[in-house]
Order: sequence, then structure tokens, then C-alpha cells
Amino acid sequence: MAERVPTAQALARQVRFHLSFTLSSLTVSLRVANPSHYLPMSVELSERPAPPAPREITTQPRRSDQIFRIIVTIGGMASLVILGLIALFLSIKGLHILTEEKLGFITGSAWEVITDDTGTIAESKFGIGAMLVGTFLSAMIAILVGVPISVLSALYLTFYANGRVKKFLISVIDLMAAFPSLLFGFWGFFVFMSSAEYWAKLINKYLGFIPFFDVPTPIFERSPFIAGLVLAIMIIPIVTSISREIFDQTPLDRIQAAYALGATRLAMIKAVVIPFGRGGIIGGAMLGLGRAMGETVAVYTVLNVVYQINWQILFGAGGNVASLILLKFGEAGPYEVDALMAAGLILFLLTLIVNAVADLLINRFGGKGR
Amino acid sequence: MTQTIPTPQRPWQPSKTDRFETLGVLVASFVLAGLTVEFTGLNGKLGFVVSLFFSLLILNYGFYFQKQGKAAAKDSLLQVFTVMAIVLTLIPIVSIIATVVSKGYKGLHWGLLTKDMALASVNDPIVAGGLGHALAGTILMVGGALIISFPIGVLTALYLTEIRGPLTRPIRFLVQAMSGVPSIVAGLFILSSLIYPVTKALSGMMGSLALTILMIPTIARTAEEMLRLIPNELREAGVALGGTQWRTVAGVILPAAKSGLVTAIILGVARIIGETAPLLLVTGGGDALNLNPTEGAMGSLPYYIWKSFLTGGTPEAFARAWAGMLVLLSFIFILFGLARYLSGRKVG
Repeated sequence: MAERVPTAQALARQVRFHLSFTLSSLTVSLRVANPSHYLPMSVELSERPAPPAPREITTQPRRSDQIFRIIVTIGGMASLVILGLIALFLSIKGLHILTEEKLGFITGSAWEVITDDTGTIAESKFGIGAMLVGTFLSAMIAILVGVPISVLSALYLTFYANGRVKKFLISVIDLMAAFPSLLFGFWGFFVFMSSAEYWAKLINKYLGFIPFFDVPTPIFERSPFIAGLVLAIMIIPIVTSISREIFDQTPLDRIQAAYALGATRLAMIKAVVIPFGRGGIIGGAMLGLGRAMGETVAVYTVLNVVYQINWQILFGAGGNVASLILLKFGEAGPYEVDALMAAGLILFLLTLIVNAVADLLINRFGGKGR
Repeated sequence: MTQTIPTPQRPWQPSKTDRFETLGVLVASFVLAGLTVEFTGLNGKLGFVVSLFFSLLILNYGFYFQKQGKAAAKDSLLQVFTVMAIVLTLIPIVSIIATVVSKGYKGLHWGLLTKDMALASVNDPIVAGGLGHALAGTILMVGGALIISFPIGVLTALYLTEIRGPLTRPIRFLVQAMSGVPSIVAGLFILSSLIYPVTKALSGMMGSLALTILMIPTIARTAEEMLRLIPNELREAGVALGGTQWRTVAGVILPAAKSGLVTAIILGVARIIGETAPLLLVTGGGDALNLNPTEGAMGSLPYYIWKSFLTGGTPEAFARAWAGMLVLLSFIFILFGLARYLSGRKVG
């Protein structure tokens, strides 16, 4: 029986033979060359093997999938865990300051630690009222200046620019969004400040009768106005790209319907784009607000931090919670650090609320028309 | 019988006359602005820009009013506003880049990237020291942050795109909220949770951990967007071939999203490479080269720039700081170019 199994050469010869004969028999010859045809049937089918048990059909994921899902879910929880830990640890360190100062921590504007000769703390007073007002002021200036410019830029990018110019501008603006705040801060201090000071003087000269633009003494350097403008420059790229994404989602049929009814571009934007993207724009502005409120380094460099509630935006004295933390941290003792942690906790909660509102607005109203 | 084939026209594009008119209005506005500055109380660059803005508005309105009526005139005003806005957006970018390049090149020298500041103070001549220690520190810290935040970010993105469990919406919101955490709060968190109770010393690793908090949301959101771009057919094909979900994700989806994930890494690195506030709190910012992240103060580029600006005062110190800024900016440019290149390629 064994000699009936052909050698490899014999097989090859056979294949060549068949191939040389006729092309149409190619498939046949290959089948002939298949060794299994020469092998003896050694298994006798005396009795049929039992059919395999029917596979259990289930929607239950396999063991490997269960492990996978658990791991991914744990990874997905990371953001929740980290945010929770931030709140927890800042509270552990800062809560006793909050309970001591009570509401005064938010409304007061004194930040003093008086130590006696042995170095123990005799008296302390912490309040971040002035800093909160300053944070609010400079962030509002940033929003008021930055958001209109961003929305108009986004309109230009979506409906006026096209082709290569559009691509180039979009990548330049995205690049600007990645600039570190350090860069904005020092550029603001060394380059931008002199121009902004000049503008502040002009505003004060012609609009000084409005209480906001009045100053007690003519010091225009490092004012909340300048800090707000630097923050505006920082948030413009962010708000622009969010608004642009929203505008891009405007349904094309509505745009074309407006044009078909004879609308000019202005009329089309007023009737279709703005109602559609209003929520998204507001959400983008809130995100910008969150960024402007939490900004540290850029504000620290261009703002003169003073512990006094100051509503006169052109005057060179203001405040910012994040800058306060940076400013006081270097010289702070353990007790004062706890107060800084409390300030950090307030800032954290504030930005969290602003971000939550922004998220709600973008999801609820973004991408809906009337 | 001859057949005339009309030459293709593009009626939606501005014709030659239109362009000529636009240019005419523009030139006229410049002339009007120039005249205003010359003959009225307005002067200087600001005066010119303001009068140019108003003359553009007035001339555009007038021209299109007499040509096409009120609606067209109003429409032209919107165009002036949008162009003005984009110019206002671009001015700071150009100014920032020009400032950094023109001031930073003075601080460049051959030892800049290799020497450290162990034996030099910021006010010494520029060739006396370099930012080698800061560069090494930044690379170590960013690398450390990347090692921790990349898996977490990708797992979050996978949860949002592949598993889509009941927590998808809350987690998406939390990632969004996390990206809004002020950087100084990240520093305070590391201080309160690790440095004061556990290590009691500032080190590079603490800087890494603080940066991780800022990096996770960027990576998670970019990775999520990239995973969404993967066509659903690929997932269905993987499952149809009998793969489990785990095999489909590991064998089909992640390889298909490879370049997108690299983009996520790059954008995450670009986000944190210039982050200053947490590093000022937790790293200690040494002047000598320190390659051990677990022990001792570690320098970093932002810290180096910060220190040179604030403790110096001499032209040398400023040159040093701007040179550091130039190095930082070129890093961001390179990273951003890479991200553009990778995300411009086809997915899959």
C-alpha cells in the first residue's frame, strides 16, 4: 500500500504533464495531484459519530469580553475619580478655614496673617472677595471683547473664506489655541501693555464720566482692563473653533432654501445660522469664561494684584483667585497654605459650575433650529 | 448646421468687474483713512485703523447702496465686520511669533541645549549656561505624564465609543469638566494629596502627576473623536468574523485608529508642554541637571523661562527667557505640524 503514495517529484511530473497537455484540464490535473486522493481510507465509517451538541446561543459576553468591559469601564471612571479626589483633598485641607471664616471668606477682602514673636499665628483673616470680583471683572471683559470677534471670525471662516485660505486660517487659529499661557502673559507684559495702556488712557479721557472708566489716580498699567484684553486674546481661538464647528453643522438645505428665497448672505445668516447655532455660541462663550477664570500665569504677569474690591477697570489694581494662590504660595506658612487650598476649592467649584452650564447649553440647544 | 458650445461659466464666483470694484472701494477707504489722519485730530496707528474701519463701512455701504440697494449694502457691512474680526484675531498671533523670534534669537548659542545653569546665574553672559536641565526635565515630566494619561485617556475614549454603557453621558460631561480644571488647582491637588501627607518633598514625578490631570481630558476627547471616525463596517466585519468585542477592538479598531491615537498623544503633549502654574508649585525647579524624577528638584522649560524673567532684570536674563520661549514655541510648532500631517492622512 505504501508504494501507492507518490513522491513529490512524481506529483510534480504529473502536474507538468497535465499542464502541458491542455490548459482546460488544469483544474482536473490539480485535483489529481492532490495527495489525499492517493491516500488510503483508513477510517471505516462503521458507525456514525454522534452529532456535536448544539451550540448554546446566548447574548452573554464571553469571559474575555467581560474582563475587557470591566477594564474599560474602570478606565472610563478615571475622570470621575480624579475630580472627586480633587474636591476631597482640597476640602480636607481647606474646609476648616471655610468653617472658621464662614461667609467672610467669600465676601471679605483681607488677607493677613499676624504672627507674634515666637512665630505662632496670633491672628489671621482670609477673604477672597476682592479676588472674586477681580476674576469676574477680567473674565467678563474677556468675554465681551473676545466673543463677538470670535463669532465674526467663525462666520468668516465658514461662509466667506474658501479653499486654501480657509484651511490655512483654521490651522493657524488651532495653533494659537495650543500656545501656552506663559507666552501670552509675557507677550502681554512686554509688547501689548504699552498699546493697551494708551487705549485705556483714551477711554478714560473721553468716557471717564462713566464710573467704570474713572480712575482715582492716573495709573493705567497692569489694570483689569489689560488683563481682560490678554484673556480675550487667549480665548478667541477656543471660542472661534467651537463656533466654527457649530456653524459647520448648519443644515445645508436650510441655507440653500434661504438663498433660493432670495436672501443675501446677511439675511441667510440672521435667519438660519444664528438661530441654529445660538446655544452652541453661548456654550462656547461659557467655556471661554471657564478658561478665563482659571487662568493663572498670564494674569499674574499682567495684573497688579491688590486686596481691595476695585470696580474701576482701567485702574491698575485688580485681583484674580488663581494669581492670588501663586502670589501667596511662595511665602505661605502651613496655615496660610490651607487658606490657599480653600481658595483653590472655591475656584475649582466655580469653574466646574461654569463648565456644567456650558455643557448643558451646548447639548441642549446646540444643533437645533427654530 | 453648426453647434455652438457655450464656454463654461462660474456665475457664483465674483467676476472681473466685481473684483475691480471691491479693490476700488478698498483703495478709496485707505485714501479716506489717510486723509482723515492727515487733516483731523485722529493720529497714530490706532487712529488710522479706526478711521480705516469706519471709512470701509461707509464706502462699502454707499457703493453697494447705489449699485444694488439696501439689502446688498447691509450685506457688505457684515463682510467688512467679519474680515475685520479675522484680522484682529490674526494680529496677536503674528505679533507673538514675531516677538519670540526677534527677541529669542539673541539668546541662542551652541551650548544652549546641552549646558545647565548649575554654575551660572541668570544674569551671567549668555554663553555661560544653557537650558539642558530644563529640556531634560520637561521631556521626563511630559513623558511620565504621557505614560499614565495615555492608557486612561484611550480607555475613556473606548468606553465612550465602544461600550457606550449607561454612564456615557455623565462621563463625557466629566471629561469636559476636567478639561476646564484650572492648572493651578491641579498643582494644589498634588500638593494636598501627595506632597504634604506622603512624600514631603518636591520632585519631578509630582510635576508629572499634576500634568497628567491636565493631559487626560485632551487625550480622551481627541481619541474619542478619532475612534468615531472609524467606519462602523469595520466593527461589524470584526464581529461577523467571529471576533469577540475585545478581539475586534484590539485587532481591528485600534490598529485602524493608530494615526488618530498618535494625533491624540501629540495634542496632549502640546497642551501640557508649556504649562507653568502647577510646575511652579510642585517641582522645585532645580538649576542643575537632574535625571531622577523621584528625588530632588527638577527644572523644566516653563520654570526656566519664569525664573529668568522674574529673578533677572538684565538684558542677558531677558535674552535667556526669550530663547527658552523660542525653544518652547518651536516644540509646539513641530508637534502641531506632526499632528496636522497625521490627521490629514486617511483613517484606516
